[in-house]
Amino acid sequence: MTSYTQYTTGEPVADTKAPAGPVHERWDKRRFEAKLVNPANRRGKTVIVVGTGLAGGSAGATLAEQGYRVVQFCYQDSPRRAHSIAAQGGINAAKNYRNDGDSIHRLFYDTVKGGDFRSRESNVHRLAQISVEIIDQCVAQGVPFAREYGGLLDTRSFGGVQVSRTFYARGQTGQQLLLGAYQALSRQIAAGNVEMHPRTEMLDLIVVDGRARGIVARDLITGRIDTYFADAVVLATGGYGNVFYLSTNAMNSNATAVWRAHRRGAYFANPCFTQIHPTCIPRTGDHQSKLTLMSESLRNDGRIWVPKAKGDTRPPAQIPEDERDYYLERVYPSFGNLVPRDIASRAAKNVCDEGRGVGPGGQGVYLDFADAIRRMGRKAVEAKYGNLFDMYQRITDEDPYEVPMRIYPAVHYTMGGLWVDYDLQTTVPGLFAIGEANFSDHGANRLGASALMQGLADGYFVVPATVNDYLARNPHQDEVTSDHPVVQEVLAETQDRINLLLSVDGDRTPDSFHREVGELMWEFCGMARTDSGLRKALERIPQIREEFWRRIKVPGTGEELNQSLEKANRIVDYLELAELMCLDALHRAESCGGHFREESQTPDGEAARQDDAFSYAAAWEFTGTGEAPVLHKEDLVFEYVHPTQRSYA
Amino acid sequence: MARTAWDSTVGKKTVMAVSGLIMLLYLVAHMIGNLKIFFGAGEFNHYAHWLRTVGEPFMHYEWTLWLIRVVLVVAVVAHAVSAYQLSRRDIKARPNKYVHRKPRASYATRTMRWGGIILALFIVWHILDLTTGTVHSGGFETGKPYQNVVDTFSTWYGNVIYIVAMLAVGLHIRHGFWSAAQTLGAGSRTRDRALRTTANALALLLTAGFIAVPVGVMTGVVS
Amino acid sequence: MKLNLRVWRQKNADADGAMSTYEVDGISPDMSFLEMLDTLNEELILKGEDPVAFDHDCREGICGACSLVINGDAHGPERTTTCQLHMRSFKDGDTIDVEPWRASAFPVVKDLVVDRSAFDRIIQAGGYITAPTGSAPEAHATPVPKPDADLAFEHAECIGCGACVAACPNGAAMLFTSAKINHLNVLPQGAPERETRVLDMVAQMDEEGFGGCTLAGECATACPKGIPLTSITGMNREWLRAARKAGKR
Repeated sequence: MTSYTQYTTGEPVADTKAPAGPVHERWDKRRFEAKLVNPANRRGKTVIVVGTGLAGGSAGATLAEQGYRVVQFCYQDSPRRAHSIAAQGGINAAKNYRNDGDSIHRLFYDTVKGGDFRSRESNVHRLAQISVEIIDQCVAQGVPFAREYGGLLDTRSFGGVQVSRTFYARGQTGQQLLLGAYQALSRQIAAGNVEMHPRTEMLDLIVVDGRARGIVARDLITGRIDTYFADAVVLATGGYGNVFYLSTNAMNSNATAVWRAHRRGAYFANPCFTQIHPTCIPRTGDHQSKLTLMSESLRNDGRIWVPKAKGDTRPPAQIPEDERDYYLERVYPSFGNLVPRDIASRAAKNVCDEGRGVGPGGQGVYLDFADAIRRMGRKAVEAKYGNLFDMYQRITDEDPYEVPMRIYPAVHYTMGGLWVDYDLQTTVPGLFAIGEANFSDHGANRLGASALMQGLADGYFVVPATVNDYLARNPHQDEVTSDHPVVQEVLAETQDRINLLLSVDGDRTPDSFHREVGELMWEFCGMARTDSGLRKALERIPQIREEFWRRIKVPGTGEELNQSLEKANRIVDYLELAELMCLDALHRAESCGGHFREESQTPDGEAARQDDAFSYAAAWEFTGTGEAPVLHKEDLVFEYVHPTQRSYA
Repeated sequence: MARTAWDSTVGKKTVMAVSGLIMLLYLVAHMIGNLKIFFGAGEFNHYAHWLRTVGEPFMHYEWTLWLIRVVLVVAVVAHAVSAYQLSRRDIKARPNKYVHRKPRASYATRTMRWGGIILALFIVWHILDLTTGTVHSGGFETGKPYQNVVDTFSTWYGNVIYIVAMLAVGLHIRHGFWSAAQTLGAGSRTRDRALRTTANALALLLTAGFIAVPVGVMTGVVS
Repeated sequence: MKLNLRVWRQKNADADGAMSTYEVDGISPDMSFLEMLDTLNEELILKGEDPVAFDHDCREGICGACSLVINGDAHGPERTTTCQLHMRSFKDGDTIDVEPWRASAFPVVKDLVVDRSAFDRIIQAGGYITAPTGSAPEAHATPVPKPDADLAFEHAECIGCGACVAACPNGAAMLFTSAKINHLNVLPQGAPERETRVLDMVAQMDEEGFGGCTLAGECATACPKGIPLTSITGMNREWLRAARKAGKR
C-alpha cells in the first residue's frame, strides 16, 4: 500500500467541448456546432449501449430513432428491470407550473449549491434546461404522473427545496419513467433498430487505436464470452454503491463496466463522493443482503430522537419525554429534522457511535410520528404516508402507528463516476458515460429527485446529439473484427480471469469477501472519514485482494448460468475500486457534500469545504492493479453561482 | 375480421360467451315451458303443440321450431368447439403441474370443463329420450309429451341423470354468465356485484325450475 | 428456526429436474425469503455443491425479477413479491416447497430461473406510445382527467414478474397484457394506437403459447401489485371494439 498512496499529479484535464459564452446559450451553441451524420449513412453506424436504466434505455431508443444501429446489453432478464425502477420520490423540472418563482436558473443554482460546489456549471445548467423537455417527453409516452382534478400535472416540493418542482407518480416515479423508456426501446427492438441482449454482462472494453470500438460480454445463460464491435460505445451502467455490500442498490448492480473502462484508459472522477441516505430501514442482522430506502418525505412530519442515556434498552413508549434527545432539533433549531441528507446521516451515526442507538446492534434512531398523529389525526397521517408505513411494517413487523419507526443511514447513490466532458465523452474517444455512471452533474452531493432528471437528460437529449457529432467527425474508422490482435488479447484476458476464478477452489464464498470489503468501506470510507482510517483501509484492501485470489471458491463451470461466478467476477473489480475510493477520500482533505473528513470541520462540527485547495474534480488515471494512479485535476470555475459555506444551524 | 376473431383466444372466448348467452336465453324459455306441466296434461300438451305452430300462417308448421333448433345446434357446436380448442390450448400452456398442489387453484376452470362435458352428454340423452324417444323408458308417444315426461321421471335413473345434469347447469351458469359478461367487456368494478348476483340468481332459478318437474313427478303432484 | 426445504433443481433447460431436499438451520424470522436462500447457498458453496439459481435483483418489490412458487403459491403466502416475504410467515420445523414459475411460455433456464422474454415480446408488439424523442408537445397541452390518470397508473404498476401466469391454471398472460393495454388505452396520448395496440398485443400473447382466460381469478389473487381482474374485462372490451372497427375497415 505504501506505493499506492504515492500517487503523482499529471497534466490537468479540462472540458474542451462546452462553448464559451453565457451559460444559458452553451447547449444551443454546442448543438449547432455539432456535425451531423447524413441520415442515409446512419444505418451503417453501430452504437453499443450498455445498460437499460433511465439513461441507457432512453439513449438506446433515441439513437435508434435517429437511424443508428444500436446493440444494447443488460445483465437482467429484461431491460425493464434496471434499478432506476426503484426510485421513489420524483423527478425535478423547472416548469414553474406553480408560479412559485422557479426557473431554469433557480434549478441550476440549487443543483450547483446542493452539490456543494464540486460540479461543472455548464453541465448543470444544461441539465436544468433539458429538465423541461423531459416532462413533455414522458407525458407524451404515457407516463402516468400524478394529476390534479383539473387534469393538469401535480408537483410537490422535495428535499428541502423551496419550490414545488418535483413531478411524481405516487411513490413509483422511477418505475413509471423507466417503463416509458423501456417501451420506447421495445418499439425500436420490434422495428429491428435495436439488437437487444438481455442476460448479457459487459466484462471489458475494446480499445483499438485509442478509440472505443466494442466490448467483451458474457452470455449469462450459456457462459459464452463474445465480442461486439461498434463505432461508439455508451456506458449507462449505473453507480458503484454496491462496493459497500449493503446499499439500496439492486443486488446485481455492479461496477465492472465502468471499472474495466477505467482500466482501459477512462479517467475515474471523484470516486469518494458517495451519498448516504438518512432514512433507510436498519439492518436486522448479519444475514442482511440489502437495505431498503424509505422516502425522505417522512422527515416532514416525523421527529427523530434517541434516548439521552447510553444503552437504554427500554421500549420507546416507556422512555419519558425528558429522557429523549431530539438531537436534530436540538443542534439545528432552524432546520430541525429537515436538514440535508448528509447532515442527518452523520448526526445519526454520531449518536449511535455514542452508544445511544436503538434496535438490534444499536444501529438505529427513532423516527416518531406520535406527535404528528396527535396533531393531524391518524387518518391524515395514513393518507400522507400510508404506503410507506405499510412497507415498513411488512419488512420489520412493527406497526409504525404504535411504535416509532427505526431508521439508519445507508449508501444510496454515487456522485463519482467516469470523468466526462460536456459531450459526456470519457477520456477514451468514442466512449461515452451517462447517468449515474458518469460524474458530471451532482458534484459532491445529489439533491433529491435529480437522479432521474439526469439519467433521462443524458439519454434522451444529450448523448444522442453528442454521439452524432463524434460519428460525424470520425466517419471512416477501420473495421474491427474478432481476429484483430487487440481483440484477441482482451478476449483472452477476460477468459483467463474467469478460468482463474473457477480454478482457485479455495474455502471462502464470494459473498464473504464482498461483505468483508463492504464493512471495511462502511467503517473507514463511509459517513465520516479520517486520514488514519483511510490509511488503515488502504493497507487492508490489498491484503483482502491477495486473500481473495488464494481462497475464493466458485463452484460450477463457466459454460452455464453460474451466479457465484458472476458475483466473484464483480468483487474482483470492487476490490480495486475500493482502493481508489479510499485514496480519493484520503487525498481530498476537505469536507464537502457527501464526503466528510473529520479533520476538516468548522468549530461547531459542520463540514468545512476548502475551496482554495480543492475546488477541482479529481480524475484518476489507472496505471495497474495496486499501483499508484495518476491524478488529473479539472479546475472548477464558478461564474454564476458563487461558492458559499452551507449553514443549517 | 372473422379470421382474426377465431384465431384469437379472446375471439374464441367471445364466441363462447355469445353462444352461451343464446343457450341461456333458450333455457329460460324452456324452463318456463316446463313449468306448465303443473297445470295438467291438457295445457302442457297444448303448449307443446303450439311450439310447432308458432308464427303461422307466415311460417309453415314446425318452421319456427326448426329455426330455433338450427340456431341452438350452431350455438352448441360453436360453444363446444371453442371450449375444446381453448382447453387444449390451456392444457398445453401449462404442461407441468406444481409438485405442491393447491386444490383451489383451478376450481372454476375444472367445474366448467367437467360440467360442460356432463351437459353435452346430457343433451344427447335428453333428445334421444324426450324428442326422438329412442331411449325412452316407457312407450314413447309423439304428441303426448306430458306422459313421456312422467314416464322418464318414474325411473330412478331418469331422475338421477336429470337432477345431476341440472345441478351441473346451475354451476355452469353461475360461472359462465359472469364470465361471459367479462369476456364481452360488460364487467366493471362497480357492476361486479350486480353481475355476480344475477349469475347466482339465474343459476338458482333455472336449477330450481328444472328440478321442480322430476320432483313433482316423484312426489305425485304430477302424474 | 429450522426448516426443511424442497427445492426444484434442474441443471439447464434441456435437463430433467426434480425436487431436492435441504435442511437449513439458524434461520431468523427477520430474514427475507431470499436471504434464507442466500444462507442455504453459502452452505452449498462451502460444501462444494452447486448453489440454487434464482432470479432476484432490487429486493424491494419493484423490479419484478424474483419469481418463486412457494408451497404452491406464486410469491408465497403473502400478497407481495418473494423478496418482500419474510421468514416470520413460516413456523419452525416447516417443510417449504420452492418451485419455479410453470408455463410453457416460461421455460425453465436453470433451477428456479425461468425465461420470461415472452413478456418483452408482448410489449414490443404494441405496449408503447409512438412518441419519438423531441416530438413531444408541451406536457400541459392535453389535460388528463384525474380519474383517468389514476386508472392508468393503477394498471401501470405492473412489475412484469409473471406471477399471474404462474398462478393461472391455464398459464395465461391476460392480466399482464391487459394491464399494459389499459394503462395506455385509457390515456389520450394512447388513443391513436388504441386499436392496433390491443389487437397486436393479444395476437403476440397467443403466439407465445400462453393459455386463455377462464376467469378463475388466480392471477389477480397472486398479483403483488393488486392489478384487478377487471383489467382483463377492460382488455376484452378494447379488443372487441378494435375487432369491430377493423372489420368495418
